[in-house]
Amino acid sequence: MAEPLLRVEKLVRRFGGILATDNVSLDVARGELHAIIGPNGAGKTTLISQLTGQLLPDAGTIELAGTDITYVPAYRRSALGLARSFQITCLLLDFTALDNVALAAQAHDGHSFRFWGNARNESNLRRIARAALDRVGLAARADTVVSRLSHGEQRELELAVALATSPQVLLLDEPMAGLGITESARMVKLLQELRREVTIVLVEHDMDAVFALADRISVLVYGRIIASGAPSAIRNNDEVKRAYLGEQHAVTRHV
Amino acid sequence: MKDKLNARNVTVALVLAGLLLLPLYTSISGNIFALTLFTRIVIFALAASSLNLIMGYGGMMSFGHAAYLGIGGYAVGILASEGIGSGFIQWPVALLASALFALVIGALSLRTRGVYFIMITLAFAQMAYYVASGLSRYGGDDGLTIYKRSTFDGLINLSNRVPFYYLCLACLLGGIYLIWRIVNSRFGLVVQGLRSNEQRMQAIGFPATRYRLVCFVISGTLCGLAGALLANNTDFVSPASMYWTRSGDLMVMVILGGMGSLFGPVIGAIVYLMLEEFLSQVTEYWALIMGPLLLLIVLFGRGGIVGVLGRSSRG
Amino acid sequence: MLLVVEQFLNGLQFGLLLFLLAAGLTLVFGIMDFVNLAHGSLYMMGAYFAATFVAWTGNFVLGVILALGATLLLGIVLEFVALRHFYGRDHLDHVLATFGLILFFNDAVRLIWGPAGLALPLPGWLTVPIQIMPGIFYPSYRLAIIVVSLAVAAFLYVLVMRTRIGMLIRAGASNREMIGALGINIKLLYTLVFGLGAALAGLAGLMQAPILTVQIGMGENILILAFVVIVIGGIGSIRGAFLAAILVGLIDTLGRAFLPDLLRQMLSSAAASTAAPALSSMLIYLLMAMVLVVRPEGLFPANRR
Repeated sequence: MAEPLLRVEKLVRRFGGILATDNVSLDVARGELHAIIGPNGAGKTTLISQLTGQLLPDAGTIELAGTDITYVPAYRRSALGLARSFQITCLLLDFTALDNVALAAQAHDGHSFRFWGNARNESNLRRIARAALDRVGLAARADTVVSRLSHGEQRELELAVALATSPQVLLLDEPMAGLGITESARMVKLLQELRREVTIVLVEHDMDAVFALADRISVLVYGRIIASGAPSAIRNNDEVKRAYLGEQHAVTRHV
Repeated sequence: MKDKLNARNVTVALVLAGLLLLPLYTSISGNIFALTLFTRIVIFALAASSLNLIMGYGGMMSFGHAAYLGIGGYAVGILASEGIGSGFIQWPVALLASALFALVIGALSLRTRGVYFIMITLAFAQMAYYVASGLSRYGGDDGLTIYKRSTFDGLINLSNRVPFYYLCLACLLGGIYLIWRIVNSRFGLVVQGLRSNEQRMQAIGFPATRYRLVCFVISGTLCGLAGALLANNTDFVSPASMYWTRSGDLMVMVILGGMGSLFGPVIGAIVYLMLEEFLSQVTEYWALIMGPLLLLIVLFGRGGIVGVLGRSSRG
Repeated sequence: MLLVVEQFLNGLQFGLLLFLLAAGLTLVFGIMDFVNLAHGSLYMMGAYFAATFVAWTGNFVLGVILALGATLLLGIVLEFVALRHFYGRDHLDHVLATFGLILFFNDAVRLIWGPAGLALPLPGWLTVPIQIMPGIFYPSYRLAIIVVSLAVAAFLYVLVMRTRIGMLIRAGASNREMIGALGINIKLLYTLVFGLGAALAGLAGLMQAPILTVQIGMGENILILAFVVIVIGGIGSIRGAFLAAILVGLIDTLGRAFLPDLLRQMLSSAAASTAAPALSSMLIYLLMAMVLVVRPEGLFPANRR
């Protein structure tokens, strides 16, 4: 069994009296698409934030390709190959789509303490940026200011920005959030293509997408992983059914 | 080419032309006062531009920028009083001292954000004011007279009004050119990105504080240059140049002119200082008018003068 | 020994005064998210009103009460006419707008009362020194300040922690929309909170008036100190402001009193007399710098979870 690309071991995070992450352990193998599902308030975003470094855990370890990154600051994790998309769109709203992606490429192209040359003329960065935009289907909207993009386009842009950093692992926090039927289908198709190139950890509510895409699924309830395995096993797991369909309902349809 | 001929660009071009040709008008009309007024305006425009770099482009609202006017000024004043009159020594010291102060204060202040950053930069600038007031050897509260302006080995005579004015103008234009190149460079994009969305920038791999600090130091150094010029202009330096209301003046110039635009601070400095000059000739209590005026400007003037011009040209 | 006790009490008194100012600032910032630089102007107005009313009525206590009322009224009028339009805006807008107010107030005071300062003489019964320890006397007025300030601090504690209004204040600080949705008159609440802040500032000003001269610009100097207190004490915390204010008051007063002598023992007399005033004024800022390095969120930040 090959060494997992991302290994989380007994992660713990408290907020005052609340145990948001309760001894979470999971493995993500290289090339896998691992989905994390769970009812609202289960602690999915808290978990992702600890993986990317926006939050630091109280206990436990996170390893990326064998390196302990538990307390490595957020900005350095990107250099190590971890890229993230945000649940609530987090982009540079007053810049163009191209600028957003080019900046991500710039972050991974040496240092940025260059004060003289016009960065927008750096053909290398622009080329990488356009390629990433093309990948997600936003090539035509490259020069549009982000605040003018539709919600679906912004979600796609989030993906492009993450891709431009040439990541080893892509952490996607509800990329389908707020998307309509057509846009969701596009996103699923895009993820199907991407999974062949990069390892993906996907947090999602959209069950159709999850079962269509995932190699393995982990279920997070009240900060604990209650089940982890192949989609078919998860679908038939009693505890999962109770947690999801008993007290809280999962999103299986778009409105 | 046609879309370049909008209200905004035309105004800027006219202002620049006016500034360049001012000494011509002065020598013809004999209105020396206009020259001294505009020398002061140009120096403050430089200071405001330096503040614009961190405020308009970097999103760092510093309420302590006047400290650098004082530091630059005192570098010149103290060295002059100790017998070192050469500008070749005084001015680099002024720049270095400003850079160091900015480095230390920035490193401390940038650990905070928002209104706390404003308060802390204000507090540290006041600290500089109090320290200067306590320097009894160099005049303390009363200030320090500079008997001889900085000398440059005969290259330029600062005691001569017109060359001095052009030197100040050159520094202003040079400063703006420097800022222009910086904001469009890799560094500048990072700083602007940090203003736009810090979390996103950290996520793609930029350490925020490092870049902000460097920007802060550049800004402080540029303002230190303005301080050295100011000391030469008034032949005098006192703690009052660092008093926090000075910092407020600078902020107003930047906001009034239009944050995050290259020439906004220049227009802001011109309008603010001319308004101050005009009002103080009308009444001794000009702040009674300026105060509420400021409130109205903040309430209704989005994007400053440049912003208004930009909107009118889009229509 | 005598000197140490006296300076200690002076530091305590100064610290409590700073607390009154900082508490007003924190309340307004915490509930309305409004940065009020003109807080210092209200401090100044409290002092000017006190000097004026005491002179008019010839009665110290009556004059002081009228001054407090006048400052409260001024604060409410200010909020109603000008400042409420700025709620919800960028903090920078607040800073600039209230900066304009400071300029306005300074000139208004100069117009009405003239550029020279005013004096506020104390009545006889407040100049009697009181024996607080065997052989140690302390001015009764300064003791009165300490007592009044502590009483106000206790009142604030009870108000914010134990009353319905206090509950609204605390709730409003966490979630403004909710308060509005509950049918509470937000506008009235904000006006009252601002008035309270103004009254605190005015009280600090009028209490300080007999000790220092009443003059233009007195508000700005002490406002900066109030900011330092808030930064050291911690974000949004009145308890933090209290502890930090005492700390700052003590360090500043004791430092100014004893640092010159301390320096003279370590350095040459000439060096000491040059360095001493500058260093003394820097002490609190050095403290603030240390706090920023070690705990940027402040020493006693309010828990917001």
